[in-house]
Amino acid sequence: MDSFDILWLQGASCGGCTMAALEGGHSGWFAELKRFGIDLLWHPSVSEATAEEAVAIFERIASGEQKLGALVLEGAVLRGPNGSGRFNMLGGTGRSMLHWVTALAPRADYVVAAGSCAAFGGVPMAGGNPTDASGLQYAAAEPGGVLGTAFRSRAGLPVINIAGCAPHPGWISETLAALALGGVDTAALDAFGRPRFFADHLAHHGCARNEYYEFKASAEELSQQGCLMEHLGCKATQAVGDCNQRGWNGSGSCTSGGYACIACTSPGFESSQGFMETAKLAGIPVGLPLDMPKAWFVALAALSKSATPKRVRANAAADHIVVPPRSDPGRRP
Amino acid sequence: MTRRITVGPFNRVEGDLEVRLDLDDGVVRSAEVTAPLYRGFEQILRGRSAMDALTLVPRICGICSVSQSMAAVAALRAAGGVRPARNGVLAANLAHAAENAADHLTHFNLFFMPDFARDAYAGRPWHPEIAARFKAVQGSAAQAMLPARARLLQIMGLLAGKWPHSLAFQPGGTTCAIDLGERVQLLSIIGDFRDFLERTMFGDSLDNLLAIDSVAALEAWRDGRGGDFASFLAVADDLALHRLGRIALPLMSFGAYHGEDAPLFAAGVLDSASAARTSFDPAAITEDVAHAWMRDTSLSPLEADTDPDADKPAGYSWCKAPRLGGGPAEVGAMARQAIDGDPLIRDCVARFGSCVTTRVIARLRETARLALAMHQWARQLDLAEPFLERGERGRDGTGIGLVEAARGSLGHWIELRGDSIRRYQIIAPTSWNFSPRDRGGVPGPLEQALVGTPVGDAGARAVTIQHVVRSFDPCMVCTAH
Ligand code: SF4
Ligand code: SF4
Repeated sequence: MDSFDILWLQGASCGGCTMAALEGGHSGWFAELKRFGIDLLWHPSVSEATAEEAVAIFERIASGEQKLGALVLEGAVLRGPNGSGRFNMLGGTGRSMLHWVTALAPRADYVVAAGSCAAFGGVPMAGGNPTDASGLQYAAAEPGGVLGTAFRSRAGLPVINIAGCAPHPGWISETLAALALGGVDTAALDAFGRPRFFADHLAHHGCARNEYYEFKASAEELSQQGCLMEHLGCKATQAVGDCNQRGWNGSGSCTSGGYACIACTSPGFESSQGFMETAKLAGIPVGLPLDMPKAWFVALAALSKSATPKRVRANAAADHIVVPPRSDPGRRP
Repeated sequence: MTRRITVGPFNRVEGDLEVRLDLDDGVVRSAEVTAPLYRGFEQILRGRSAMDALTLVPRICGICSVSQSMAAVAALRAAGGVRPARNGVLAANLAHAAENAADHLTHFNLFFMPDFARDAYAGRPWHPEIAARFKAVQGSAAQAMLPARARLLQIMGLLAGKWPHSLAFQPGGTTCAIDLGERVQLLSIIGDFRDFLERTMFGDSLDNLLAIDSVAALEAWRDGRGGDFASFLAVADDLALHRLGRIALPLMSFGAYHGEDAPLFAAGVLDSASAARTSFDPAAITEDVAHAWMRDTSLSPLEADTDPDADKPAGYSWCKAPRLGGGPAEVGAMARQAIDGDPLIRDCVARFGSCVTTRVIARLRETARLALAMHQWARQLDLAEPFLERGERGRDGTGIGLVEAARGSLGHWIELRGDSIRRYQIIAPTSWNFSPRDRGGVPGPLEQALVGTPVGDAGARAVTIQHVVRSFDPCMVCTAH
């Protein structure tokens, strides 16, 4: 079997996607890569080749002498100041990351954005976007980015966006492995280029607070157990991801950790204001579940609130279970 | 004959780095350190609502996001006068220690040791064994460490939802109250971490390891012992790594893992030559931009602005130059442990000075101490009590948040106007260690530590340069932020 060669570069990143990747796989990320025939040609955090040895690898790829399965970029691409890319020079090369990314992307069978920065620009675009940051094929939700709307990698695909800040380690490993296995086509991606195996779910699915959600039994303050949507900013009914179905760091997730989903898989998530508060209009959350008409939401919320069991209401406003479920065997009310 | 070389891209550090060296007869005469990435967090934070800093600030760094959160939390606490819940402090200490310990493991196994597996050392008697163990990506050490690291970070799943970039850390404590079963899971994870250290890293019990109180005792302990720490000590001896990367600057620590009483590791400043310890005064900190690509501004972090000037002629880095009492200072695990009075690290500093060997020993020594502290904190959680206190928010004022990341002292300086951020300044550990020259022309710690490094004919390929740079465990994404 030919190896599937990957070059991983870091643009304007925090390194968090690499840190997440290193958590992946029960036998460790390196063993996981090897299992699927994936060879890390170079990765800035873990490879031996340094300085001119590394630059030689980039040059061989750029000239077409070395084949490349996937170019993986972590971090936004900085275009500033004034289009020069000088806010992010690749040390020792005298050239910007903007230069290297645009030189190498056309040589790769697949171009992969690891994380929301490389995909959509991410946190460097927050505030006034002081560095003119952009994602590879999107700037926030705007198509185009650094490579342009028309860009297709050698295998004919747009940039594959493993969204998330940081993405789940599984999303990274599984996307790379699927590419190495050859099972990724445009049908495997959603409208924002995100792999559908995680993007066809909402972060809300499987949340431990789902019972509270059903009854609109809401947490009023952080650290309480109720649903975080009504008062504390939870956007999980509008954010893609199987976050609550697969567990982070063992068994965790944002909402199990006691704080809102900030929709980190969505383009432009960094521009929200008041992440831990729910924006409301006339007392109704502005961001309602994507596929639910507002009138229905309001009617159902009123109905379910009136039907909230005591147990659910009491627990919603406490930081641990204060009323356990009834446990008398066999009795039905 | 002097010649100038540029080393980069510098890999197996966190983030982007370039180093320029002037060589004379194969020895470094002078060094310039460049942080080549600027994202502008201080500009991004300006005008945002105060609490939104808790979402943005951890994203400065994926390797020490909890440290960044903790500094923001401490600054907001100082500005807003919130008293955190005791459980919240303990839970945050646990998460913070897990992150710092994971960083030390990652540094040793993935960033630092693989250089000894390089062909440059093929002639050394220890090379075959070290290469099999530490070769980048392929070595057995990485295969063993990564699952242990992932297991350790399950502490984040229990206490903070996820890592990196958790929002569990708040001025009033943490958002996640755990139950009895989860306490047992925490203790089980900490137990697995201790087992990993005892079996793989030290080849001895933590009690025996922590009983070593001098360089002589360390040498006696090392002989004939298995484990990665002993392997490092043998290599360090053979290559005389205690002569590499030597400097004699003041060591500084903000104090780590704050609780109700004293921090676990004391705050202070230590004169590395005389071993005299003095107290640390936040007002002695300034930041100089003479050689940074930044517009001139106040020296005081509370009054300074951060505005880039990419064309500044004297600039050569996006990193500003933090100074303590007007001069550079070294920060990190070595400074922390020496200031806290750890007898082994004090003796290493006295015998070897601040050098490659002492820095690495201090990191592993600290990891062992953290495993014990984590067990204590997990036991001290009072499961009937809250993890989070409510606090008032959005008042005018300033706050300084000082914590210790794995790599050293991290400070956030915040000025609020009502609910919004008027100014935010961040001084990260690697900004101290990898600072450029200041207005007096005084080089930063790494710039000084590289002077005298022998590179022979290898030039930019010289592995000695790599050892010196990596001994600081630099985090470049934090540096210029
Ligand atoms: S907290 Fe968020 S994810 Fe959980 S049930 Fe409520 S809306 Fe859904
Ligand atoms: S729950 Fe929301 S914020 Fe958290 S990781 Fe998933 S998509 Fe991102």
